[in-house]
Amino acid sequence: MTPTPRPGGSAGEPRHAGRLVGARPEPGFEITVDGRPLAVVPGQTIGAALYAGGVRAWRTTRFDGRPRGLFCGIGVCFDCLVTVNGEQALRACQTEARPGDEVSTG
Amino acid sequence: MSDAAAGPVADLAVIGAGPAGMAAAVAAAGAGLRVVLIDAGPRLGGQYFRHPPPGFHARRPGALHHGFARFTHLAAELDRHGAEIRLRHRVWAVERGVPAAHSPDRTGTDVPSAAPRTRPGTSAGGALTGPEGPLRTAGGETGPRDMPGTGPAEPALDGCVLVHCLAGDREERREQVAARSLVIATGAHDRVLPFPGWDLPGVFTAGGAQALLKGDLVVAGRTVVVAGSGPFLLPVATGLAAAGARVAAVLEAGRRLAAVPALAAHPARLAEAAGYARRLAWHRIPYLGRHTVIAAHGRDGLTHVTVADLDRDWTPRRRRTIACDALAVGYGFVPQIELATQLGCATRGDGDGGPVVVVDAGMRTSVPGVYAAGEPTGVGGAELAEAEGWIAGRAVAADLGRRVRPAPALAARRDRLAAFAAALSRAYPVRDGWRSWLTGDTLICRCEEVPYARLTEAAALGATDARALKLLARPGMGWCQGRVCGYAVARLAGAEAEPPRRPIAQPIRLGDLAAGAGALGHPLGDDRPSDPAPAPAAGGGADATADPAADRTEDRTADPAAESTTDFAAAPRDGLTADRRRPRRRRTQQERTPDDDDP
Ligand SMILES: Cc1cc2nc3c(=O)[nH]c(=O)nc-3n(C[C@H](O)[C@@H](O)[C@H](O)COP(=O)(O)OP(=O)(O)OC[C@H]3O[C@@H](n4cnc5c(N)ncnc54)[C@H](O)[C@@H]3O)c2cc1C
Ligand code: FES
Repeated sequence: MTPTPRPGGSAGEPRHAGRLVGARPEPGFEITVDGRPLAVVPGQTIGAALYAGGVRAWRTTRFDGRPRGLFCGIGVCFDCLVTVNGEQALRACQTEARPGDEVSTG
Repeated sequence: MSDAAAGPVADLAVIGAGPAGMAAAVAAAGAGLRVVLIDAGPRLGGQYFRHPPPGFHARRPGALHHGFARFTHLAAELDRHGAEIRLRHRVWAVERGVPAAHSPDRTGTDVPSAAPRTRPGTSAGGALTGPEGPLRTAGGETGPRDMPGTGPAEPALDGCVLVHCLAGDREERREQVAARSLVIATGAHDRVLPFPGWDLPGVFTAGGAQALLKGDLVVAGRTVVVAGSGPFLLPVATGLAAAGARVAAVLEAGRRLAAVPALAAHPARLAEAAGYARRLAWHRIPYLGRHTVIAAHGRDGLTHVTVADLDRDWTPRRRRTIACDALAVGYGFVPQIELATQLGCATRGDGDGGPVVVVDAGMRTSVPGVYAAGEPTGVGGAELAEAEGWIAGRAVAADLGRRVRPAPALAARRDRLAAFAAALSRAYPVRDGWRSWLTGDTLICRCEEVPYARLTEAAALGATDARALKLLARPGMGWCQGRVCGYAVARLAGAEAEPPRRPIAQPIRLGDLAAGAGALGHPLGDDRPSDPAPAPAAGGGADATADPAADRTEDRTADPAAESTTDFAAAPRDGLTADRRRPRRRRTQQERTPDDDDP
């Protein structure tokens, strides 16, 4: 499954609905997704950052190759498993992004 | 991976820092107890009070909540009373330690009260009994005991509870917390029903879409459909709309006004409901009763859904499609009770809602020293959860000999809210017609990719109950341990969902399991059958590499195994217990994986 980070390929500002809560987010930092930069607000999970960056699926299932991303959002379903810095099978919805994290999809 | 020792024994460990757990911790710490509050998440608040990380510097962090001031109050009280807070600690097992002298009394009566004589973790093999050990109270309910403060001062404790955690954002540490009593406040997860396409990216559980918004300020889609059943759909829809999504429709499979009779007796709730109605109208969101989403479509992600209007039984009639890039779907909630069942706490069926933990008026479970509050005792929402937390914390303090003044108003409040919750749950039952949404290739189990056809084949082969279905068709044998599909599988088997029996309550790396169990002197992992026959191994070969999880399934989680444990938990309990006490861990073939660190 080819991830589709936002057009332009640059990290830019992280996308979020901060207006709703009167947010003045700290400057975002970058992680990479298959080598492409993605902006994150400090404290956001990798799953949220990917989804906000237009990446809806980051793995495929082992039998039918179905795309998978977020589903339950709270660490229960294990749909959102992702590889970060070579560490496999982290739940993206439960894993806070750290500056420089290298996320690989596939 | 280091393994932190249990440290000094706390008076109380609370698992879950939602409204229930926070209130329990405040009440107990306020009464002078040494309290440790544990949660898997990075912030206090649980599901209801989920809020964005500090990096957002939100001036109105409670904009998406009703009554966020409650949260700030509880958080301040925790601080003031010096409760120890351990966030990013996922509890994967709990067990009771009993001084060897007080061992097995298998009659099902309470084990004699005694102050802990043996520090758990310091006692080698045999001093601790496993989760299925002698403290299981024969499933019997203890009758309601006195209210906190009015009960006998005699502590109802036998030994300690040992809480095993995986700590750190990436679960890099193992830690243990030892405490004289335990409050289980682990909340719930969404209850979902399968339908064609429900595993497409862009389909969220209702709670999942809500969590993404409240916790990370990410909106699930530009155009969202909200569907399912129950009043929770309303805050989800209005929250998404407030955050800028176009909510195409809110589809309630039950009757739209089903809640009205229950609401009539609760003016505050009626006002809240009226508020949602106003906001739906303001955003021009249609709210349709007897409608739901019966299929989701798209290639790499969701592009549209099939919506049907339903008859009384939820059998679809007319259909149409709605274009959308996200769907938030939920049919209520399933209480997370696996830690309680692991300890042997008695459960009961809660009508449509599945098994819940049996508690008395002080939130005491059937196991002495173990209490439950919030959703695990029956799904009832944040307000009820908080009330139960207060009661539990006060009961713990009273049972440990602290002076606690009676609070009849609190008990009355709990009763009132519980009655309201029960009325609501009766108003939104799940009807059997949902089965007619299924096609042969509809996935029932997302993890193991088990289609409906395989379940019907298994049924044709004679699998007539949920357990036989699982053995033959293997739904619920994957990563999530059947949390997601368990309700549906039980319903398809024509039964009520059974209480979870998972010796390992949460999927964990086998390396951690081996080391953790070793430290306890009773190898939890040994109970695994040598044939988990995990589908990944069978499927093997080329496409296994397509899934980052595939080659990790066996080594990262205890899951194919843990699942099997669900099944062989049906084996005679004595056998299980004996197994657990085997001093040395035997490792099965499946467990020997490349990065399974050798203990
Ligand atoms: C995803 C989701 C979103 C929800 N959003 C709302 C909402 O916006 N509005 C609303 O009215 N209701 C919501 N609910 C319903 C919810 O159940 C509330 O009624 C309320 O939060 C219940 O309070 P509680 O204290 O019982 O449990 P929760 O608030 O769920 O708190 C339980 C806590 O226990 C922790 N926990 C569970 N298992 C473990 C473990 N093994 N180890 C460590 N920690 C653990 C969890 O991380 C969680 O923080 C939501 C439910 C879900 C599942
Ligand atoms: S989305 Fe379900 S575990 Fe992450």
